[in-house]
Amino acid sequence: MATFQLTVNGQRREVNVDPSTPLLWVLREDLKMTGTKFGCGISACGACTVHVGGVATRSCIVPISHIGDRPVITIEGIGNDAVGRAVQNAWVDEDVVQCGYCQSGQIMSACALLKSTSRPTDQNIEESMGGNLCRCGTYPRIRAAIKSAATQINKGGA
Amino acid sequence: MPGLRVGVLVSAIIVAAALWAHSSNNTAQGVAAFEQVYSVLISPRCINCHTATNYPQQGDDRHRHVANVVRGPEGKGVPGLNCAGCHQETNADSTGVPGGHNWHLAPLEMRWQDINDRPLSSAAVCRQLTDRSRNNNLDGPGLLKHHEEEPLVKWAWDPGRRPDGAARTLPPLTHEQFIAATRRWVEAGTPCPK
Repeated sequence: MATFQLTVNGQRREVNVDPSTPLLWVLREDLKMTGTKFGCGISACGACTVHVGGVATRSCIVPISHIGDRPVITIEGIGNDAVGRAVQNAWVDEDVVQCGYCQSGQIMSACALLKSTSRPTDQNIEESMGGNLCRCGTYPRIRAAIKSAATQINKGGA
Repeated sequence: MPGLRVGVLVSAIIVAAALWAHSSNNTAQGVAAFEQVYSVLISPRCINCHTATNYPQQGDDRHRHVANVVRGPEGKGVPGLNCAGCHQETNADSTGVPGGHNWHLAPLEMRWQDINDRPLSSAAVCRQLTDRSRNNNLDGPGLLKHHEEEPLVKWAWDPGRRPDGAARTLPPLTHEQFIAATRRWVEAGTPCPK
């Protein structure tokens, strides 16, 4: 066991865990932030996506000992900035969610895309969201919501 | 005097022949050294990230990378699906994910496969490696230094564990043997197989 200092959604947190523990389990079990989901456990589905140092990261396969001092943003904190708010609003407006299990990961990847690409093309969306699976098949609504969020962001309406 | 001239001529021919033989032998040794280098370059730990396609490969069977990972404009994936979103600065043996500094795909100028994922010939790879318009303007000593010091090159000999806990396979030469072969090839003038 070892003690790790983390900055999660702007808050300093301290956990005492095995260094090999994946970040996902620290978030869910130790910090009780259950918005981030366990899907496949091998980084193949994207349900566990969070931002680490601004990079969309698969938290199920990154041990806590690899995080260092990089800030972590989860679905609980993504709405604290303009892009995150725009994406959340677009998700509601487009009624994207069906069962919802994958959607926190979808939103985190969508935010990562929009933070670097303000006017994403269909190809940008396909490539950036290609690692986030949805068994309900909400992909068309996800695409529409990303475009809607981009419009809002570019209008300064976020 | 004519006898002296003939003697000088014969001596010159003998020296030239000896030089040619030495050069030819040196080239042959250099080509042989490159074939050893090539055996490493086409091992999965190296060639999996020297693809000709829009994606990296994984595993000893060199299958397409899972999760629909794509190359991206700088060989580092795309926003939302960057290499660094899984591959950290070091291997994560507890989860089986390899890692190293600045994890990325080699540029297409350094593809060592065709678009059907078949390795290029040693001659074709050699021509790429020695083409300074494609290799970041590296001369022979520069290539040797790259093989000696580049973190992602050295990672091939410290590739960590797979998700099932087994150690990843290594290239067919040790790093020291790889460097020695590269040095012999460079000292021979980086000759390429025909």
